[in-house]
Amino acid sequence: MTPLQGCLLVSALLFAIGFAGAVTRRHAILALVGIELMLNAANLNFIAFWRYGAHPEALTGVMFVIFSIAIAAAEAAVGLALIIAIYRHYKTSNLDEVKDLKG
Amino acid sequence: MSDKIQQVFETFKHLSLVDKIDQLFVMLKQLVLAGVPEALQPLVSALLSVTLILAVFPGIFAIVTIFERKGIGRIQNRYGPNRVGIPFTKIRLCGFGQFIPDGIKSLTKEDIVPRAADKIVHFLAPIVMLIPVLLAYAVLPFGRNMTVSDFDAGLLFFFAVGGAVELSVFMAGWSSHNKYSLLGAMRAIAQMISYEIPLILSAVTVVMIVGSLKLVDIVAAQNYYTFGIAHWYVFTPWGFVGFILFIIASLAESNRSPFDLPEAESEIIAGYFTEYSGFKFALFFLGEYLGMFAIIGLGITLFLGGWTSPVSFLTWIPSYVWFVTKMIAIVFVFIWIRATLPRLRMDQLMNLAWKFMLPLALVNIVVAGIWHFMSHDWQRWLVCAAIIFGAYLVLGRGLMRNQKLGKRIYRYAE
Amino acid sequence: MSPAFIIIIIAFVTLLAAASAMSLRNLVHSALALTITFAGLAALYLNLDAQFVGFAQILVYVGAVAILIVFAILLTRSGDTPNQAVLAPGWTYGIAIAAVVFTMLGWAVLNSSALPKENSSAPAVTVKNIGDALMSKYVLPLEIIGLLLTAAMIGAVIIALKEPSKTDNAGGKS
Repeated sequence: MTPLQGCLLVSALLFAIGFAGAVTRRHAILALVGIELMLNAANLNFIAFWRYGAHPEALTGVMFVIFSIAIAAAEAAVGLALIIAIYRHYKTSNLDEVKDLKG
Repeated sequence: MSDKIQQVFETFKHLSLVDKIDQLFVMLKQLVLAGVPEALQPLVSALLSVTLILAVFPGIFAIVTIFERKGIGRIQNRYGPNRVGIPFTKIRLCGFGQFIPDGIKSLTKEDIVPRAADKIVHFLAPIVMLIPVLLAYAVLPFGRNMTVSDFDAGLLFFFAVGGAVELSVFMAGWSSHNKYSLLGAMRAIAQMISYEIPLILSAVTVVMIVGSLKLVDIVAAQNYYTFGIAHWYVFTPWGFVGFILFIIASLAESNRSPFDLPEAESEIIAGYFTEYSGFKFALFFLGEYLGMFAIIGLGITLFLGGWTSPVSFLTWIPSYVWFVTKMIAIVFVFIWIRATLPRLRMDQLMNLAWKFMLPLALVNIVVAGIWHFMSHDWQRWLVCAAIIFGAYLVLGRGLMRNQKLGKRIYRYAE
Repeated sequence: MSPAFIIIIIAFVTLLAAASAMSLRNLVHSALALTITFAGLAALYLNLDAQFVGFAQILVYVGAVAILIVFAILLTRSGDTPNQAVLAPGWTYGIAIAAVVFTMLGWAVLNSSALPKENSSAPAVTVKNIGDALMSKYVLPLEIIGLLLTAAMIGAVIIALKEPSKTDNAGGKS
């Protein structure tokens, strides 16, 4: 197993863990944590390919990851603001109980 | 083995005496490394650098605590501690040995953990504070060729590990299971996050002008002299404003007066480390002061020329002596500010960060750009100073407008 | 202590922290385990010679996103250990689908012929190259990211802002 395949396996496992957590946990914030883990797994994938792959353009992987980190931070901020607003309205942050379409 | 030591002497023999004293620690380290087998050399090199940092900076911390207590005492028209010499001997030091019994006291006090506290997180919080702070010393250039590890993105590394300290503040406040600790921790984190932005923005101006994130390059760019005075960035308009912003933001980052609302004794007992006693409290205290020294070290590197001397006829003084001198000078200024200015309230603190320092830092970046592209004569001084002064006036007026100053209103309890 | 051994240990710690971040009952512990995951990932990036990305990961994720998550946990009063069930109904299907996803990805990685076989050296990318590229070739994504971050910041503040007290629906669904 080459180092590239090792890194890709770690990234795949991280993605699966993030996915499992985002789908199975009841709390809204933990769903967001799962999404962040999935984004991080994709970043690791990019960096692994940048390091070990053929590089005609030596910067694409690093650039992509920098922008991905910035976007993930923005998305976490907005997502957490949404969760706080939902908590303020429904007084709960269980995703199962936030099921009314009409406030 | 002795021929390797001979080789090390050869590389240093042609230097003059002044340069030899300047490179003393570098030479000693290479001598030790020459006597070590090839495979172990990186490990021994890292161990030597780490040991030197761990020996010097806690030593400076001990001396600074004494100077702080005596200095604040004198400014407040009283003596500080003035009796303790070296314990168990008859040597009288007029209070300069105070750190020894302080250290022994904090080591031998009982370590109380509240029963409802989260034990693992409570235990880990001081460690999580101390490790990033010690890591930050790895990129500072203490002298010529005396950086522990000169990363390509050294400044980014410094700010990254500085951000990890906020997490330890939260861990300390939350795990104590004490509402005052939690409140103090929330306030401390809000303050640290708010002041990180002017800190980083004022460092960005220097990076813009130098064109590199390596701290060694930033010091080297300030190492030349015109009419005998060095080209430190603090002697330029944007550098001066950047330095002032950096100093204020670093006061807030280390939770020092006048920004010490999260941990002041008359406000919230001790804020986020209320429930810590004994050695853990000593670790927090040490971590806070070491963080202060690290950020002062960065300010010196960015604006005050690092290890260079200000005038060209004093370059014979070794570089590390200049670094430590500048650091102690700024520490004295911090102690002076602490004893003089009253504490800021939380909303005043946040207003200052977001409504005054952030716009001024952004204007500073624009002015640094103008400085770089204008022709190198007296006009750029005038233009840049005028823009910054105008921005300062406008923003200062904006801050003062919300204050309701007038006759004092007395309210009595009914 | 060969380099491969250290990478395996770091990867193992990262995966263990990620698994505990998703499975602990107490939310604050889960957030702290997530921070360890981020730090482990930064160590992996540094191992793969991506210095700038590793330090940016610590600065943004550990220094900002983790603090955001912790603040949100405290503002929604979820700081104590819950005494209800923590897993959603139908959690077995979630775990099964995750296992299937990992199996497929792992099989694709191990048996693919598109992966380069030889070990190439690290591309020499300095911070200066990244800066030049950001200003020349990637200047449009840079400006768009600036706009996006501004919009996200303003949006987050507006969404989480306390509404001026209205007299209706103060007590929502509980």
